[in-house]
Amino acid sequence: MTSPPRRYPDYDVLDKRDSPSWDDITRHVVAGRLNPPERQFFDDALWDVLIALCDTIMPQPDRDRPIAIWIDAALAQNRTTGTRYDNLPPMREAWKRGLAALEAEARLCHGRPFHDLAQDAREALLKAIDREEVAAPEWNDLPPRRMFREVLANEIVRVYYSHPDAWSEIGFGGPASPRGYVRLGPNRRDPWEAEESAATRRSAEP
Amino acid sequence: MISQGSEIRAKDGRAPDVFSRDGWVAMRQYREAEEVDVAVIGTGAGGGVVAAKLAEAGLSVVAFDAGAFYRPLADFASDEREQDKLYWTDDRISGGDDAIEMGSNNSGRAIGGSTVHFQMVALRFRPEWFQARSRLGYGRDWPVDWREMWRCYDEVEDALKIAGPVTYPWGPKRGRYPYRQHELNASAQVLARGAEAMGVDWSPCPISTVSAPRGKSPPCVYRGFCKIGCSTNAKQSILNTYIPRALAAGAEVRDLAMVGRIETGSDGRATGVHYHRDGEWRFQKARRVVVAGYSIETPRLLLNSSSPSHPQGLANAEGLVGTELMVHSNHAVWGVMEDEIRWYKGPPSMAVCEHWNYDDDKDFHGGYAFMSQGPLPTDFATSMVKNLGVFGMELRRRMALYNHMAGLKIVGEVMPTPANRVELSEETDALGLPLPRITFRFGENDRKLSDHALRFMRTMHEAAGARDIFETAGSAHLMGGCRMGFSAADGVVDGAGRAFSCPNLWIADGSVMPTGGGVNPSITIMANATRIAGHMIGAIARGEG
Repeated sequence: MTSPPRRYPDYDVLDKRDSPSWDDITRHVVAGRLNPPERQFFDDALWDVLIALCDTIMPQPDRDRPIAIWIDAALAQNRTTGTRYDNLPPMREAWKRGLAALEAEARLCHGRPFHDLAQDAREALLKAIDREEVAAPEWNDLPPRRMFREVLANEIVRVYYSHPDAWSEIGFGGPASPRGYVRLGPNRRDPWEAEESAATRRSAEP
Repeated sequence: MISQGSEIRAKDGRAPDVFSRDGWVAMRQYREAEEVDVAVIGTGAGGGVVAAKLAEAGLSVVAFDAGAFYRPLADFASDEREQDKLYWTDDRISGGDDAIEMGSNNSGRAIGGSTVHFQMVALRFRPEWFQARSRLGYGRDWPVDWREMWRCYDEVEDALKIAGPVTYPWGPKRGRYPYRQHELNASAQVLARGAEAMGVDWSPCPISTVSAPRGKSPPCVYRGFCKIGCSTNAKQSILNTYIPRALAAGAEVRDLAMVGRIETGSDGRATGVHYHRDGEWRFQKARRVVVAGYSIETPRLLLNSSSPSHPQGLANAEGLVGTELMVHSNHAVWGVMEDEIRWYKGPPSMAVCEHWNYDDDKDFHGGYAFMSQGPLPTDFATSMVKNLGVFGMELRRRMALYNHMAGLKIVGEVMPTPANRVELSEETDALGLPLPRITFRFGENDRKLSDHALRFMRTMHEAAGARDIFETAGSAHLMGGCRMGFSAADGVVDGAGRAFSCPNLWIADGSVMPTGGGVNPSITIMANATRIAGHMIGAIARGEG
């Protein structure tokens, strides 16, 4: 696996928590984000698949911020997106069936559970699913690419980039209210914004 | 202090003061047994304007909205996931070859509707678009004189104190925008550089956030979270402009009030609305009903309001309700810049190119505008996942270039097509209302338009210095579904917004648009609602309404 990006090594968006860039509701919301709840929705079997899927879609060799638990929490609340594609079941059922199909595909292709596969084998399996190359009967009428991109990966990526550490990683200014920004032009940076490392500044390489 | 959007606030003779953290303003209230002059369903770009205009004309108005009544200063976090509370996230069944993504893309569920999280782009229709069929050879004519719309645009732009350039390059000569333009962010400067390199016009985008203090609104501080709700009130949305006006003029606003059915009498006239609030179904009597639930909820409500006098659904004698649903194509090019752009700063779209809305030398009907971009992190990450299938460390590494990205994205006109539509499904929601079923497919002209746009924008982005360019496809906004027409066979409502087959029913939202144009629709919906409200007030004064 390639190494994680480190363009903003000295930047931590949480350092601004007590600054005018953060207001009360944002402090409250982000504090909640740093305190994951207990698992409520998934059973042990699907939980193992989900953990491995999160590690594959958003690998974190450099840290271990919980993702799966927030998906569990959202499904426990029956949180939905507003879109139910007519070839997908409702959100809770979509997750259960999608993870079960992924697990069945791993066992069919490799004779082992998804979470026992090496990272590159998991990635290859997901890419095959994304190409709609699936064999397990558990897929039945589920559309593999739509299931992968619009349900599974979509939500995992959303959760990852909802964590302050992810904002720091990409140099995002993070919360900004009531204080916004003054310097808007190219290569202009307010003192409370992330400074990019000199090593990567002129490079397209992360 | 923290609102989850589940608390009824407009009650006991008061409504939230949206300019305070926890204050109130007085609100007049009406008894349900009292036949009010007008029940308005929806408080967004259409309904909010109509409620304010009718109340200011002295009519008794109750405005219903399924969403919550937020105070931006206290309730809107700088956080994408939290702000999902502003979207309509109830299941809507979406199918067809190019099934539409609903939710954040094209819906709002709050007092103020989707204007609470709109991108604030305030572009007028090209005048010829109101006669697209007879003058440009596609789509439909509007039963509307563009000059009347022009006067209404003037009124709305002033009501929102749109900040824009001194001169705008496209369209008929126009007056100054009420507020001066904003300083351009780096993202907008990329578009400007590319356009100048290609020799086509560009402009600072007229936008609905104030560039100087206005009443209790401070000037925009360029925090960049416009698309998930402005927490400073610099953004001029329906929530902090027309709603306070409506309340001050004596309208009642009922928040968290989902209207499920419009009742009609044996004479076919609407008699009031059934709505669900505080755990029970209730009924408000009204002399007139204005529907403004936007292109999904308006058809859904009308189709669910069938009665012996309207057996196919209300205002659906000709079977047109729900048909010709439109979106805008929302395709984009993205690339890496050597400069630090930091596109999270400032409103997301501060520069615009409307060249292909006004140049007719092209191989497709309709037009498109495109704008500079500034997506927040999860918005941008998920667009890469959905379009490119990128995941894993590759996604993390591409996202690490976030501050060097720039993008150009279109608002592309989509042709009205009968098969693109909203119907009722067999399934019901928690309130027992049928779920809407949406069918959508881009047509051949729509594909030609988006292909043209992607080619043109790629060239411009390269000219601006972008590399590693990639494309995304998508849709945004909704229009149509209950179009205005010249006759009962031609539309659900007439040019004044009144239903052909129900004389005391009006529709005043984006669903009445016969064509979509190549610009963001909010300000056109607001201008058209202004026009419809004016016709209603006139008709009522003459005893014809």
